[in-house]
Amino acid sequence: MKRPFVQNVLSRLDYKIITSIIPPQSRVLDLGCGDGELIAWLMENKDVDARGVELLPDLVQAAISRGASVYQGDIETSLNDYPDQAFDYVILSQTLQQTRHPLQLLRNMLRVGKRAIVAFPNFGHYSVRLAHLFSGRAPRNRLFPYEWYDSPNLHFLTVDDFEMLCAKENWPVERTIFLAGRREVKQFPNLTAEVAVFVITSR
Amino acid sequence: MVVETQIVSFPSLALDCGVTLSAVDCAYETYGELNAARTNAILACHAFSGDAHAAGVSKEDGQQGWWKDMIGPGLAFDTDKYFVICANVLGGCRGTTGPGSVNPATHAPFGMTFPVVTIADMVRLQKLLIDHLGITRLLSVSGGSMGGMQTLAWAVLFPDAVASVIPIATTSRHSAQQIAFNEVGRQSIMSDPDFCEGNYYGKGAPKRGLAVARMVGHITYMSDDSMKEKFGRRLRQRAELGYDFSAEFEVESYLRYRGSQFVDRFDANSYLYITKAMDYFDLAAGHASLGAAFEKTRARFLVISFTSDWLYPTYQSLEIVSALRGRNRDVAYCELKSTYGHDAFLLEVEAQSDLVRGFLASTFARVAHA
Repeated sequence: MKRPFVQNVLSRLDYKIITSIIPPQSRVLDLGCGDGELIAWLMENKDVDARGVELLPDLVQAAISRGASVYQGDIETSLNDYPDQAFDYVILSQTLQQTRHPLQLLRNMLRVGKRAIVAFPNFGHYSVRLAHLFSGRAPRNRLFPYEWYDSPNLHFLTVDDFEMLCAKENWPVERTIFLAGRREVKQFPNLTAEVAVFVITSR
Repeated sequence: MVVETQIVSFPSLALDCGVTLSAVDCAYETYGELNAARTNAILACHAFSGDAHAAGVSKEDGQQGWWKDMIGPGLAFDTDKYFVICANVLGGCRGTTGPGSVNPATHAPFGMTFPVVTIADMVRLQKLLIDHLGITRLLSVSGGSMGGMQTLAWAVLFPDAVASVIPIATTSRHSAQQIAFNEVGRQSIMSDPDFCEGNYYGKGAPKRGLAVARMVGHITYMSDDSMKEKFGRRLRQRAELGYDFSAEFEVESYLRYRGSQFVDRFDANSYLYITKAMDYFDLAAGHASLGAAFEKTRARFLVISFTSDWLYPTYQSLEIVSALRGRNRDVAYCELKSTYGHDAFLLEVEAQSDLVRGFLASTFARVAHA
């Protein structure tokens, strides 16, 4: 299966970002964990107690077959089962813009986890803005490659949008990492970042 | 791999019903070698009509084991790596003490005087066996259907004695529908004139009743799709309808064949007792909730269900998984695609093997690491 773009970027960075965030022996829940690659990597390299949720049966099968404790289910509803503060980190590395109720999901992530790591493609990137401005059509580019009628993306958000939500919800932002290709960008992330990674905490 | 069923006898076993059985036999087989650290032992729990002969070729009758596709060298339960144990359940009729055994007090078969046993009782006998084999902690307890109930009971009753459990195509409690099918089977047996209140040993067994009970069972193990594919409306050895009541359709002939085969290897009283044990099974009984029942468990779980299994439907596995996640237990869950119905747990070998192999390997690594 074709990997979603954000996960592609993260894995191309060899999990360096996730590694730099997650300390050894943490309890981690990976939402939309795919074939369990990140979980298996964290288990092996950081002695992390990692679990995963994935909807697609073939990916769940692959994940369990590599030894990951992965649950087949919908990430939004299955989070409800977990007790409060069951994990140190809850990771949502690819699908925030594809979830039905992102705000509810983020709140739930911060209920079951002490911290949430959220990665999403930045709709404010200059290439998206230009694509829209010059074509006059729904923007399509490397980040958002889908036709409007078969896009899995339900919500389009920018770095600034997410920051405003964090402020409104009173979620302290512990760390941000902005990426353009393989590079980390610092200046004007709302314009220059292709992918944003936020580490937010529950108060 | 030629194997022989062993029998070990235990002085007594206290049952849930309050009765204490004395001189309890337990029939079992083992495959592979126990390692020096005694950390590679896996208990395979058989389903309703199974027995201790799970793998290899029986020395007694040359038959292959009921989980031959999953247990053996290089298979999911790799006997080059693991030491696999399987025992006939309490109440059974394949070597372990059951209603067909001789009551030491009367020197006659128990028949219906055998105490009603539970899934927990079966597990307690298995625990005696494991102790007898010198194993303090099993790497895994695994089984489908009624075997799956035993795996769950193990995790709850002996939390320190199991590193992982693999409940497949099973439930934490029998539903009304499941009890209903069992009751039809029991009534079929008990209404056979040869049943004689269960005292048919030495006379003719209630074969017709037992065969009909088995026919009903086989229907519940298949799915509409698998029956369509296997039989359709095909007629057997004739081209046209005969306008009579012989076994015209292939499905009729199949069911009659399976029924008649079953009576030669299974005791009708065991049918009654074992189905009763399944109907009594309710893991949450005596607890505030299913989650509360799992409170003391420490095992990793791998729960597997099958899309076309309507006898032990996926929702029942999801109840187990949700309760476990509610207690933040380490649980992997997958619903495998299959058209085989409940039989899938014996037939969907490849997908199941991948799951089991990976799950066991990572559990084994953790056990070794700890």
